[in-house]
Amino acid sequence: MAKEIKKLESVTVRFAGDSGDGMQLTGARFGDTTALSGKDIATLPDYPSEIRAPAGTTSGVSGFQLNFSSHAIGTPGDLVDVLVAMNPAAVKVNLKDLKKNAIIIVNQDAFDAKNLKLAGYESNPLEDDSLSAYKAVPVPITTLTKNALEDSGLSPKEIIRCKNFFALGLMFWLYSESLIPTIKWLENKFEKHPDIKEANIKVLKAGYNFGDNTRLFTERYKIEAAHLEPGIYRNVSGNEATALGCVTASLLAKTPLFLGSYPITPASEILQYLSKYKNYGVITFQAEDEISGITSAIGASFGGSLALTTTSGPGLALKTEAIGLAVMTELPLVIIDVQRGGPSTGLPTKTEDSDLLQAVYGRNGEAPVVVLSASSPKDCFYMTLEAFRIAVKYMTPVILLTDGYIANGSEPFKIPSVDKLPKVEVKFLEEGREFYPYMRDANLARPWVKPGTPGLEHRIGGLEKSHIFGNVSYDAENHDFMCRLRAEKVASVQKDIPDLKVLYEQEGELLVLGWGGTYGAIFHAVEKARKAGMKVSQAHLNYINPFPKNLGSVLSKFNSILIPEVNLGQLARLIRSEYLIKPIQFNKVRGLPLKSFEIQNKILEILSEDKDDSKK
Amino acid sequence: MTVKSDMEPKEKKKLTYQDFVPENEVKWCPGCGDYSILAQVQRVLPELGLEREKFVCVSGIGCSSRFPYYMNTYGFHGIHGRAAAIATGLKVSRPDLSIWVATGDGDMMSIGGNHFIHACRKNVDLNILLFNNRIYGLTKGQYSPTSQKGMITKTSPYGVVDHPFKPIALAIGSGATFVARSIDREPKHMQEMIKKAGEHKGLSFVEIYQNCVIFNDGEYSKLTDKDSRDDNLLVLEDKKPMIFGKGKDKGIKLVNFKPVVIDLNKKENSIEDVLIHDETDESSMRAIMLACMIEDHKLPTPIGIFRRVQKSTYDGDVNLQLHEVTKKYGKGDLNTLLNGGNTWEIK
Repeated sequence: MAKEIKKLESVTVRFAGDSGDGMQLTGARFGDTTALSGKDIATLPDYPSEIRAPAGTTSGVSGFQLNFSSHAIGTPGDLVDVLVAMNPAAVKVNLKDLKKNAIIIVNQDAFDAKNLKLAGYESNPLEDDSLSAYKAVPVPITTLTKNALEDSGLSPKEIIRCKNFFALGLMFWLYSESLIPTIKWLENKFEKHPDIKEANIKVLKAGYNFGDNTRLFTERYKIEAAHLEPGIYRNVSGNEATALGCVTASLLAKTPLFLGSYPITPASEILQYLSKYKNYGVITFQAEDEISGITSAIGASFGGSLALTTTSGPGLALKTEAIGLAVMTELPLVIIDVQRGGPSTGLPTKTEDSDLLQAVYGRNGEAPVVVLSASSPKDCFYMTLEAFRIAVKYMTPVILLTDGYIANGSEPFKIPSVDKLPKVEVKFLEEGREFYPYMRDANLARPWVKPGTPGLEHRIGGLEKSHIFGNVSYDAENHDFMCRLRAEKVASVQKDIPDLKVLYEQEGELLVLGWGGTYGAIFHAVEKARKAGMKVSQAHLNYINPFPKNLGSVLSKFNSILIPEVNLGQLARLIRSEYLIKPIQFNKVRGLPLKSFEIQNKILEILSEDKDDSKK
Repeated sequence: MTVKSDMEPKEKKKLTYQDFVPENEVKWCPGCGDYSILAQVQRVLPELGLEREKFVCVSGIGCSSRFPYYMNTYGFHGIHGRAAAIATGLKVSRPDLSIWVATGDGDMMSIGGNHFIHACRKNVDLNILLFNNRIYGLTKGQYSPTSQKGMITKTSPYGVVDHPFKPIALAIGSGATFVARSIDREPKHMQEMIKKAGEHKGLSFVEIYQNCVIFNDGEYSKLTDKDSRDDNLLVLEDKKPMIFGKGKDKGIKLVNFKPVVIDLNKKENSIEDVLIHDETDESSMRAIMLACMIEDHKLPTPIGIFRRVQKSTYDGDVNLQLHEVTKKYGKGDLNTLLNGGNTWEIK
């Protein structure tokens, strides 16, 4: 039965189930397929910190959200159009995020007495009217998977494990997407297990055909390809883009990369990715702890490697003292903090942007470092390059802040052509008649000398050193001078970074100023507010320390500044103290990215208050 | 001359002790045992067959850790406890360098304990010299993890109640492949230990009993005073019986798996009963037994090489793997890197 195909502009889908149901994988496969067929996409995995929480309970629900569109997007979507729920707990947890009339495809077989009880349902939501605001579509996914694999020879357990591919096949049918990329992926993934490969392909096709044959769906949908800039694309998560940025920096600088790192959620993936790139000369040292992660990197930097350490909030706290050592020894070092919910262990798998003040200020002594932040998964690539460029040019540690949201989220990344990449230039001093370890160039950077260079033997360390000569010095005036010099050096990076760009009017009533992973949500909020006739502009900071040099003048041209943040107002505090203005704050620390409609509402609230004020 | 195989000696002007003496003044307390250690290292390094610039001294915090400033070569004075980690990062990325870690009992046995055991476990090709004075000197006299039970210090006015570490046993237990002990007052012996440590490929650990004249003076006098030295010091020699005493008339015998001292002048004892030292023994049991002898005051304190075995090094294996993976997949370039994974074209 051929069904009507309805065109849609953009759809937000969420796959949810037990953390062992393969929802992350299902979502990632769906995302890759839609990206391959030319849509713009953004994804957001949301999983519990327990690897396998008790099956069937709400605490064990793992979700993967994906927004795909024929237009440029940049966020995984505020509210969900279609929920695929593998059990009652997945329905219960996700209901609050659904649009009215959202489609809920549920695995009907999982709605038995036991699972209902585990999810805390007193009656079956498929049978009472609790889902009446939505279009619930019960599908016996487990039974249909079993039927499809009756003759497969697989064990009952193995058969049940294939059921996520049934749901995936059905979703491909519903959104008129091809099965071929997934079939190719399965062929590659299960090359050595032909029976598993065949079973999954069979179930995938069964799901697709079920859509065609069932009467449960009266229509299906299609999203046209987006008008993305021509070029070759690949889908990248923020962590993957960060890793690519590191290796790219190393190749551009013709200097081997050294990563010292200790596994920590959500940053471990960068270590995992980089440990694959051995044929690019990358050394990854999985250290015994966070402190060894950074101090080994400092040792490697002293030895002439492009050195980096990766971590998340609690790990950054442990690295604090060593960052001060890198400040004092003036060695290039990149520290990447994939922020997560804090304080302490906090919310390990949830996102938050609350390490900003720790990055800018969190050290003993006057210890300035350059602080950068990335605003989207693909931006992680460019900001990583930028971190290395600045680190080696100014001989300074650079902290790059990303967060769990952009680190795990993914979007299409247009592969840049090699000749258009920025330069990362490394110069080692190899000889010198008059050499002192703390002499400086025009950028106030001291020379980088590799041990093994004859004639330039020198000693550096954490004790204060005399200007130029680099001998241990407790001299009062020298210390005062050196503190100022180090501050001046970091501040002078300002001349070398781009001005802050303002989207839309360059002056006016309201500017929404953001940093980090809030970019997409702010972009949509501002866009929608403008469509509704509001006059509002947007600017987004990638450079936190130093700030872009035009920031003060930008801020002075707007009556109000709104700063939305996933913390209690850390950028707002920096802006207040630096520019003596009082920005309006919008803060949520729920372990989730901001939703664009919330920001939009805040914009509306501010602009209507302004009108009320002007009437008075 | 034995040299580590990945470091190629070049024929140039022969280095001397003087080449490693820097211009700046050494600022340890007069009479400190550290002076002796510095002098022995400065004497030994020229004999290792490397250019001066290939040597790097790395340290943490404490009196001992000022060492890099007093060596005229490359040096890195780190932060408290982290010398082994800094040195590991340097060695694995620069296997051509000869790295010497100068550290103390507070720096490496306390705050840096974790880095120490993991550097030993990985067998990173470092040379670690532990200046063990059993006291915190630079912070002016608090007890350390090697301070003996009952010791009176500023933070233990009624006596230390902690059980001390036995650094040699810790190093052996953690997998160090060269483990030795010497004393600041035995310059010739120390030179030999340092030289053998430098020649060993893998983690070399030398514990040096070092007298702190200010806060723990005389800690090792039983081992260094003329009158008591010979009866309390067992100088280990490879493949030789463990004998000591003024007249070389005492030996170590194993009774019920425990070492005991026997008097070789007595008829019932013979040199045949005495344990033979074997530093290259694959089993670490004998070395651990020797390391634990400091607990028993009836037994002499051994100095010398406790253990010296061959095992692949971490830095060697990391770089070997890099080489092998590159051979298998070819040297990566930017285009391959960026265009990897699933790509699609938008026209």
